Amino acid sequence: MSSRERILGRVRRALADVPQDDTSYEQAVPREYLREHGDRSVEQTVDLLAENLADYRALVHRTDAEELPNLIMRLLAQRGSQSVLVPPELPPEWMSAAGPTRVHDRAASTPHELDKVESVITGCAIAIAETGTIVLDGSPDQGRRRITLVPDHHICVVRVPDQVVSSVPQALERLDPTRPLTWISGPSATSDIELDRVEGVHGPRTLEVVLVSGRASAEENA
Amino acid sequence: MSGTFVGMPAFPVAAHDAVRNETLRGNLRHATHTIRAKRAKAVAEVSDWAELREAGKRIKDHTLFHLDRYLVQLEEAVTAAGGTVHWAADADEANRIVVQLVKETGESEVVKVKSMATQEIGLNEALEEEGIRAYETDLAELIVQLGKDRPSHILVPAIHRNRGEIREIFTREMSEWGRPAPEGLTDTPAELAEAARLHLREKFLRAKVGVSGANFMIAETGTLVVVESEGNGRMCLTLPETLISVVGIEKILPTWRDLEVFLQTLPRSSTAERMNPYTSMWTGTTDEDGPQNFHLVLLDNGRTDTLADEVGRQALRCIRCSACLNVCPVYERAGGHAYGSVYPGPIGAILSPQLRGTASEIDASLPYASSLCGACYEVCPVAIDIPEVLVHLRERIVEGGQVTREGNKVILKPAKGHAAERAAMRAARWAFGRPGALRTGQRLASRTRRFHPRTLPGPGRAWSESRDLPTLPAEPFRDWWQRTQGGNTDKGAAK
Ligand code: SF4
Repeated sequence: MSSRERILGRVRRALADVPQDDTSYEQAVPREYLREHGDRSVEQTVDLLAENLADYRALVHRTDAEELPNLIMRLLAQRGSQSVLVPPELPPEWMSAAGPTRVHDRAASTPHELDKVESVITGCAIAIAETGTIVLDGSPDQGRRRITLVPDHHICVVRVPDQVVSSVPQALERLDPTRPLTWISGPSATSDIELDRVEGVHGPRTLEVVLVSGRASAEENA
Repeated sequence: MSGTFVGMPAFPVAAHDAVRNETLRGNLRHATHTIRAKRAKAVAEVSDWAELREAGKRIKDHTLFHLDRYLVQLEEAVTAAGGTVHWAADADEANRIVVQLVKETGESEVVKVKSMATQEIGLNEALEEEGIRAYETDLAELIVQLGKDRPSHILVPAIHRNRGEIREIFTREMSEWGRPAPEGLTDTPAELAEAARLHLREKFLRAKVGVSGANFMIAETGTLVVVESEGNGRMCLTLPETLISVVGIEKILPTWRDLEVFLQTLPRSSTAERMNPYTSMWTGTTDEDGPQNFHLVLLDNGRTDTLADEVGRQALRCIRCSACLNVCPVYERAGGHAYGSVYPGPIGAILSPQLRGTASEIDASLPYASSLCGACYEVCPVAIDIPEVLVHLRERIVEGGQVTREGNKVILKPAKGHAAERAAMRAARWAFGRPGALRTGQRLASRTRRFHPRTLPGPGRAWSESRDLPTLPAEPFRDWWQRTQGGNTDKGAAK
């Protein structure tokens, strides 16, 4: 007998006492919890996102579409970055004012090559206000998972309010599970030394989130 | 079950040693008290905590009651998404599968994300025997590995180490494993974290094989979820060419939507955060992004035996948040090592004896490693009634009865007159005989919790009375505690 059959057989025998029950899954589980917490206007939701991002030590900037290229240029200059990783379809205007060399991620790029690049700039799929989370789904304006992991400085642009949801339940509704997803809430951190939170371990130690308003974007990636 | 902890003394002996170690006690007290207050605050932030907890419990129960169906569905979904599914009935089989998969890649080292399942099966040792080096990459795991130590907490396996000790371990051991610790390393947490970053970086960048567990697996989509903080998980899950995930069969959730419950309750319960820094979700393989070979090893190793126990099976709802450890007065005093298993604390006291059986002294004594104050149940995000299971397991140890071992029904002999009995009694006396150990738990135990006292019935009762075992009080524990000034005026005889 294969282990598969053995395990499934053991499961069935273990459940011999459980009465046959054909209640559908939807009915079996009451979901009386909230779809979102609190009652907020759209602006308030965006404010909450900014607040919660900052609470977990992300650096938050707010701007509009027109000012965005200048802001990105300044952020990169302040950081002193000479090179910036860009995903395949980053909107070209975002980097139109920036000086540093653009490095394009290629399938053949090795982790060691990525490690030499100082910053990375991406869009995102959605952002969650209640938890201060941005979610990447590997769309062409975000690129492969590794590019937002190896460089030490990540600038993530969120279009507000279109890409902002209030809560975790609303986020899951808009995400596609068949895509590789990375949920990011603040820069890399650890609580492993005396259960106290310290920022900055393996992921980017500086996370800058740019909330950009003022342009109704076309299609959502989510 | 692996032999990692074979030879452990029974709980009271190990706990006694721990209590004598002042540093260990100080470290544990500091860490658990810090996190308790933070967790309470994080939970209070969401007004629907009770509803989330209830939904979490119901989702898990429903899944367990239809586990065969969901396992098959998961297998289909993972396979359709480009992954390969393996089934392992026990630790040895899981280790053999992983060793074989690593050998097929031709590599002799792997990077690992913290995973309870791989610790449970002793995977690192099994790989070592075959000449494959496993690098732990979670900061706390790294501290344990470099210190040639054992984990003592589910979430923070090096919780028993303070910053000074960590500095010393890094300075002494890092050079043995790769890049040495920076010159003049101090004991500030930020510098220690930086030392770990530098030490592990070279390993991440060259790694060809990653090994992980998973917090959740979604049956309908085949998605796996890993929740973490440091980014070492992301490194191991995305940079290698081959990813091998070893996951207990109870980690399934039926639908994608179910994550909306657990992604709210898990971070708040474990690290007391609204959300942990990083969560990775992947479904099979994705062209040009992440590992191109993905293997999922589904692990039984005593889980189906646990599932066969009508009372004890609720332990399989556990999402390993570690909240029950952090509030437990006995854990705080005894330390994680005393539990003799990778699962310490209240959850370990009900899980280990079910996964491994109660043949050894340590496993027979574990259900007694508790004062039954109920604080663990209060904080558990999936409402596992740990005291209920403890009492149930005690009854079975004392009276014997039918259990399932490796899929077969066997009759357990009563413990009377055996070494297990003596170990159990010592554990009970230890847990009850220390008012200081209990006080904290009392504060947290809710007045409203209906604690149904279960004195050992039938022969168990006679056994306990004749042996001066502190049986359970017939009145609510808290009231009994106050009335007797912590048991000082009443030596614990059943009322
Ligand atoms: S038993 Fe409950 S509180 Fe303890 S680790 Fe498991 S889920 Fe968390």
